[in-house]
Amino acid sequence: MTMTLTINGAEHRVEAEPDTPLLYVLRDDLGLNGAKYGCGLGQCGACTVHVDGRPVFSCLTPVAAVQGRRVTTVEGLGSPGNLGPLQQAFEQEQAAQCGYCIAGMIMRAQVLLDRGGSISDADIRNHMQTNLCRCGTHMRILRAVRRAVDATGARTSSLEAKP
Amino acid sequence: MTPRRTVAALAALAVVGLAGFAVVAWKPEIAPVRRPMAGDFAPDEVRRGATLATLGDCAVCHTADNGVIYAGGRPLATPFGTLYATNITPDEATGIGRWSKDAFRRAMRDGVARDGSHLYPALPYDHYTHVTDGDLDALYAYLMTRPAVEARAPENSLIPPLGFRPLLTGWKLLFLETGGIAPDPARSDTWNRGRYLVEGLGHCGSCHTPRNLAGAEIRSKAFAGGVAEGWNAPPLDASSAAARAWTAETLYTYLRTGLSPRQGAAAGPMEPVVHGLSSAPEEDVRAIATYIGSVMGLKASKEPAPVPPPVDRAAEAAREHPEGAALFAGACAGCHGDGAPMVAQGRPPLSHVDAVQAEDPRNAVQAILQGLKPSSGVGPYMPPFRDSLTDGQVAQIAAYVRTRFSEKPAWPELADAVAEAKREGSSP
Repeated sequence: MTMTLTINGAEHRVEAEPDTPLLYVLRDDLGLNGAKYGCGLGQCGACTVHVDGRPVFSCLTPVAAVQGRRVTTVEGLGSPGNLGPLQQAFEQEQAAQCGYCIAGMIMRAQVLLDRGGSISDADIRNHMQTNLCRCGTHMRILRAVRRAVDATGARTSSLEAKP
Repeated sequence: MTPRRTVAALAALAVVGLAGFAVVAWKPEIAPVRRPMAGDFAPDEVRRGATLATLGDCAVCHTADNGVIYAGGRPLATPFGTLYATNITPDEATGIGRWSKDAFRRAMRDGVARDGSHLYPALPYDHYTHVTDGDLDALYAYLMTRPAVEARAPENSLIPPLGFRPLLTGWKLLFLETGGIAPDPARSDTWNRGRYLVEGLGHCGSCHTPRNLAGAEIRSKAFAGGVAEGWNAPPLDASSAAARAWTAETLYTYLRTGLSPRQGAAAGPMEPVVHGLSSAPEEDVRAIATYIGSVMGLKASKEPAPVPPPVDRAAEAAREHPEGAALFAGACAGCHGDGAPMVAQGRPPLSHVDAVQAEDPRNAVQAILQGLKPSSGVGPYMPPFRDSLTDGQVAQIAAYVRTRFSEKPAWPELADAVAEAKREGSSP
């Protein structure tokens, strides 16, 4: 079946079975290798991309489900010569160890940046809960997201409950 | 009587009525006390209070998402607007630190705060009113020995004039039946304990009993099923077709573990309930199962019914819903398909899940939209599909699942059901 997909602002015609996971089409047919296959069960977040600006597990998203909708991958946030704010912050905080989860982490975090408003550290932790890192760089990842949030001018919140 | 006199009489009557109302509505402040300290309570009483707080699910409403336990702030959507759960830690300024034992008892029994203001029945005092003095005191001891947290709940936003709390007097006159529950000598101690927990602290009827227009439980329809946060709380009485598949033993296992091989996993607002019961005393959970079993009309000695073979009409479903079939294969089959790891772990097949067999698609649709999120981090998990699938696609999957995994008639108006589930299930 031939489908037209809008990915990172560009239209692509792909030939795939409708139940093929979006992740496979991105990686195998379009060479967009940022999103990774982790668990295949929607439990780890390594495959996170955006559909219409919302974070989704591309391993559990049938490609037929995203026809006519806007898909963004980590490649859409910047390029090696022109990094986006999160990509820059992850580099500055050295937030990757093996790096396998990072594209998913960045895509999840980008939604928080897009939401704007005041973003507390608790908001970041809460928001990033869905995504797992098996190397243990969670603390650096949280710092990187904090850095990107601050750099993009999102205000910080002091409304957290004080013990 | 001349018209003028009638007006005067009516005015006088109104004044007397208002004055009477004011007298009934007015509740005195209970003087603040020095904040009790841990040494003021016997450790055993505090421990007993901890168990009771678990059975009463206090933390579920009184803790915001990722907030400090008991510090309040969770929004509670009601048909009358949004209420925010209050801080029940012993903070003196923003919590209940200066509440006396009597003030706490009055709040739980009569729905009146220490300062004399009426509390909304989102605090289920229509149930807590049945709790014994001893248990309320143990709860008080437990809460007063928690860390004090300074946190003020946001202002409620209710439709006018419901922000005027004295109006709650009328609600209480009509719907609040105070008093304890006398044990039924004809029944076992276990049954009586179960009734005390279910009707009192457990407040099961808050979700499983339908409510009237004033938001009060309809007592004549106790346990006939209700709606909570956009999910159906299934009927627990004998009217429920699903009830026939339960035994007291499977009820116990479900309440304890959140999973039943014949009904599926606890989801939505039931999930935190079973999470609490997983650490409650075993005999209390057995008592709850015994009482609920008797409400369902189960015989105590009933043998578990044999598990029926799974229904799987894959070919027919694919013929009727080809788009749903493709979406299911891509989005759902990784866990619910043949040979999937979850199936190998012995999780119930979709044809044994109540939500798939139910007359109303609401819970199946909510499960697809919101997924299952174990609050403890352990237990059945399902990712949410709210963002990856459109409403129409969710409806197609639901239609396909219904045809493939049940022999019941198709759900009508699925697209509307999805839109409604999305509206009701979203946080305020």
